[in-house]
Amino acid sequence: MANKLINQMGLPKSIANVFAARNITTAKEALSLTEFELMEVLDVSLADVTSAIARISEITCPPYQTALTLMEQRVQKEHMGGHLPTRLKGLDNALCGGIPFGVLTELVGPAGIGKTQLCLKLALLASLPTAYGGLGGRVIYIDVESKFSSKRMIEMGSKSFPDMFYTKGMAQEMAGRILVLQPASLSEFTESLQQLKISLLQNQVKLLIIDSMAALISGEYGQGTARQHLLGWHISFIKSLAEFSRIPVVVTNQVRSQTRDEACQYSFQGQSREKAVEDHTGYDSHLVAALGIHWAHAVTIRLVLDSKSGKRFIKLAKSPISPPLAFPYNITSSGITLLDDDGIELTGPEINSIHCQGHSDIINFDGERFQ
Amino acid sequence: MEVGRLPISASQRGKLISAGYTTLASLSSLSSSDLARDLKIPESEAFEILKVASHDCRLDQPDKSNGIFTGAQTAWEMLHEEQLFPRITTSCADLDNILGGGINCKEVTEIGGVPGIGKTQLGIQLAVNVQIPVDFGGLGGKAVYIDTEGSFMVERALQIAEASVVDMSHYNELLWKELRTCQVEIQPTDILKNIFYFRICSYTEQIALINHLDKFILEHKDVKIVIIDSVTFHFRQDFEDLALRTRLLGGMALKLMNLANKYNLAVSNMIASYSLWQVVIFNQVTTKHKEGSFQLSLALGDSWSHCCTNRVILYWNGDERNAHIDKSPSLKSASAPFSVTRKGIRNSASNHKRIKLM
Repeated sequence: MANKLINQMGLPKSIANVFAARNITTAKEALSLTEFELMEVLDVSLADVTSAIARISEITCPPYQTALTLMEQRVQKEHMGGHLPTRLKGLDNALCGGIPFGVLTELVGPAGIGKTQLCLKLALLASLPTAYGGLGGRVIYIDVESKFSSKRMIEMGSKSFPDMFYTKGMAQEMAGRILVLQPASLSEFTESLQQLKISLLQNQVKLLIIDSMAALISGEYGQGTARQHLLGWHISFIKSLAEFSRIPVVVTNQVRSQTRDEACQYSFQGQSREKAVEDHTGYDSHLVAALGIHWAHAVTIRLVLDSKSGKRFIKLAKSPISPPLAFPYNITSSGITLLDDDGIELTGPEINSIHCQGHSDIINFDGERFQ
Repeated sequence: MEVGRLPISASQRGKLISAGYTTLASLSSLSSSDLARDLKIPESEAFEILKVASHDCRLDQPDKSNGIFTGAQTAWEMLHEEQLFPRITTSCADLDNILGGGINCKEVTEIGGVPGIGKTQLGIQLAVNVQIPVDFGGLGGKAVYIDTEGSFMVERALQIAEASVVDMSHYNELLWKELRTCQVEIQPTDILKNIFYFRICSYTEQIALINHLDKFILEHKDVKIVIIDSVTFHFRQDFEDLALRTRLLGGMALKLMNLANKYNLAVSNMIASYSLWQVVIFNQVTTKHKEGSFQLSLALGDSWSHCCTNRVILYWNGDERNAHIDKSPSLKSASAPFSVTRKGIRNSASNHKRIKLM
């Protein structure tokens, strides 16, 4: 609504003409100026400017909804109250029914932990017919690192829903609903995102997966402001995409190792800082999400996948609706399965830390490097 | 005073100056017809100019009938008034303690913190708590929730509202054991009905909404809290012109403060404008730490820091969530633990720890 035209706002003719003559045509341009600047530019009195600004503001600002109408809409219109069930019972309970529609859900974890596995599973679930508890729609899977495997997905499907997948033609129908995009560069990705905006609504798309966001950005840009700027555009675009089409968006993020000085502290926390630094010596590999804190603010739900003493955990690191729980899990031929549906409640920032300890027997990071 | 400071259009100002009227004093003894003749403008326009000029003059002169300055208040009156302001509880006793009883009406409070610390949670909690009826020591008001990030979760608001209704009926039982006069009539759905939710998708809309709030609150006089989650989001995306950004933010902060003040006085309703903030990692080279060490600082830089009245920072202290009062004209700098539970914001489980005064 920022680009609404001023001449269509029902302003008094004389004022509207002055705006047009000074080449201030949109609300964005008008509201970026102060009242005094407008007086100077338009050469009209203060009273006229204030009334014009009030009118433009009123038209430009979006209508309100009460929280109640918001809830009623979701319950009525949307399948399963606006959630995509993950079929991981504990996780679904904690998330009030699954991955929520309309917001960004992020999966963070070290390489090989099972992020892509979870993505494949979600893609499969969303493409299932509603009778089987799926969303019965198309899935768009943006596969940056060429990791998508149809074979693996069908394997998961036939193991989890044997009766359905052995019906002839079913596997083909399921897999036919999943569209995989493999952009080679960031600009290509940006272009396809823009195309998506239109096709999401037309084509009954029910889930968007981006695997992975970090690979796209870090592939072409180093650290610094250029990257932040670029990421900023993508964040707001993807968020608005999720919101206006009311579909769940799942994004994966990689990890990088953290330098010791980066431990986040406030200036008034002086003492604990020094202590924290000491603790890191001999600590297991210290990992943080690859996309920085700016990105972390933007995601609504963050699931951390990590491993500690040989066990893999999926942790609800950030969520406005759930307590901080960690669920041990395993990857089997039917995909990710939880070992325990109750979960372990974690206190403190532990929930946000990413460990990479012995989930792979061959490469044992901490064993060699830190001891 | 100079004519240049008058809020009139540029061409009128130009005419005034070229006709020799450079100071306000030179305008004070004129009639509108004289001015119209000198400036070659219609008499109605001249009348407007004189009206503006005399209005500005009056502000500069002492007004004997009504105190020394119009619109001024003595400190004593302000103290008296301040004691009357109800505060909005955060549902966490320790946090209320360091805040002097809760979030203050008539003031702008900002909350900052790392992702996942509970900024949105606190926002939703306040939107619910502002509705606690007067009988229960609340304000019985309504809330405006401005969501710039899309992080408001209606499911979570319902959870918190339900817990709040349960708490109120407990309180009822304790207090009115004999006299069952005061029933809890409020329902969780009523609470949701009284949260006005605005979804903002660009900074233009944000500015427009802040401009429009004045009118909106006039129409909905029960609104007693405005929550913005978060102020920074759109101002941190694609902004090339940093000077423009600073100016727009400054203007917005001023409008928020005016709103908070105005509706307390005029409508005798209180608004605590309250903004949620984000934190960015800020590469700060200080003499104390090594070069390139990272420290957290609030987004948007220093000039905005002056715009808010109170500032609360949420941070992790070991395993505990803590709130720290970073800036306030009336409160001591202190930290208190809190926790986020299924019911909402509550006291920290290990509340045997005493509040640290810094």
